Amino acid sequence: MSSDEKLKLFEVFVRSKRGLDHKHVGSLHAEDAEQALEYARDCYTRRSEGVSLWVVNSSDIVASQEEDAESFYDPMDDKPYRHATHYQLPDAVNNM
Amino acid sequence: MSQFKLNDEQLEQAFQARIDAEQKIEPKDWMPETYRKNLIRQMSQHAHSEVIGMQPEGNWISRAPTLRRKMVLLAKVQDEGGHALYLYSATETLGVTREELIEALHEGRAKYASIFNYPSLSWADIGAIGWLVDGAAIVNQITLQRTSYGPYARAMVRICKEESFHQRQGYESLMVLAFGSPEQKAMAQDALNRWWWPALMMFGPHDGESAHSAQSMKWKIKRKSNDELRQAFIDQSMPQIEFLGLKVPDPDMKWNDERGSYDHGELDWDEFQRVINGDGPCNRDRIEHHKKAHAEGAWVRDALRAYEGKKRQRLAA
Repeated sequence: MSSDEKLKLFEVFVRSKRGLDHKHVGSLHAEDAEQALEYARDCYTRRSEGVSLWVVNSSDIVASQEEDAESFYDPMDDKPYRHATHYQLPDAVNNM
Repeated sequence: MSQFKLNDEQLEQAFQARIDAEQKIEPKDWMPETYRKNLIRQMSQHAHSEVIGMQPEGNWISRAPTLRRKMVLLAKVQDEGGHALYLYSATETLGVTREELIEALHEGRAKYASIFNYPSLSWADIGAIGWLVDGAAIVNQITLQRTSYGPYARAMVRICKEESFHQRQGYESLMVLAFGSPEQKAMAQDALNRWWWPALMMFGPHDGESAHSAQSMKWKIKRKSNDELRQAFIDQSMPQIEFLGLKVPDPDMKWNDERGSYDHGELDWDEFQRVINGDGPCNRDRIEHHKKAHAEGAWVRDALRAYEGKKRQRLAA
C-alpha cells in the first residue's frame, strides 16, 4: 500500500479525432509520464476512443476556485454589447 | 522529439493523402518544411493584422460620440488583441517564438493586412471599418475554419464566433449616420468612398498573380481563391450599401443576371503594390507606434520576471 501512495497522479486528455481539441477524460496513477501514457492507452482508449493522448502531472494544473467565480466572471455580466445579438438590424440586412 | 519510421518521400505522400482526405495536421505530425514556413508566414501575418488593426480604431476611443459607442469600441479593440493572442499562440505550435515574430514585424520581414495603413479620419470611419474591414475579414476567416492546420482552424472557429458583433456594431453605427442629417449622411458616404477599394484589396492580388496561392490551395491552407472571396464579399455588401442609401464608389458596378453576381471595376493595383511595399499613408506610423508600445511595455515584462524570481527565492528559503 505504502508504495502505491508514492505513485504520481496524472490527468489524461484524449483527442477523439484530428482537428478536435484534446478533452479531459480522467486521471490515473503512474510512476512516470511515459508509463502514464501507456496506462492511459490501456485505460481510456480500449475502444479506439482517440487518435492522440496527453498526460499531465495533476500537480502542474492550476485551477481557478469556485468561490472566486464572482470576482472572476461577474464583470462580464453587464457587457451585453459583446454579443452579436445585442445589435438590432433590419431584416433586409440581418444576415450579417 | 517524435520518431518517424518512413523516409521523406513516403512521409510527404502520407501527409498529402491526409490533407486530401480532409484530415487536420496537428503540431506533432511530420510536415514538409515549406508547409511549416508557409503557415508561419500566413498565420503570423494574420496575427500582426489583428494587433496593427487596433491602431486606427484605438485612435477614436477617447473621441467616441457617446458612452455606449465608447464601451462598444473598447470591447471591440480588446477582442482584436485577444484574436492576435490566439493566432500568435497557434503560430508558436510550429516552433517559432513570439519574440522572433515581433522582430520580423519590426524589421519589415513580416507583413500585415495593408488596409490598416489607411488613416481613420472621421467617426464614420469607425463604422465603415467594422462593417467593411471586419466584414471582409469574416468572409476570409469563415473559409479558414476549414484550413488544414488544426490549431489554426480551431483559432478561426473561436475568432469567427466573436467577430460577428464587430461587423454588426459597425453597420448599426453607420445606419445612425446614413439616416441622420445631410452632414451625417455625407460623412457616411465619404467613409464608404475611402474604405471600399482598400477593403476589396484585402483579398490580395488576382488568383493568377498570387505568389503563394497554388501551393496553399493544394495544402488546403487556403480554401478559396482571392477572387472568389472578393466576389462573395462584393455580392454580400451591395444590398447593405443600398439599404443605407449610399452609393458604391465604382461606376462599373453592375448586376450580372447571367452570373448571378455583380460585375465590378478593376482595382488600382499600383496603389495596392505601393501600400504593400511600405508606401501607404500610415505604414511608417503603424510600425513606429508598435515599436514604441513594445519598448514602453518592457518594464511590465521585466517586473513579471522579477516578481516570479522573488517568489521562487521565497519558496527556496
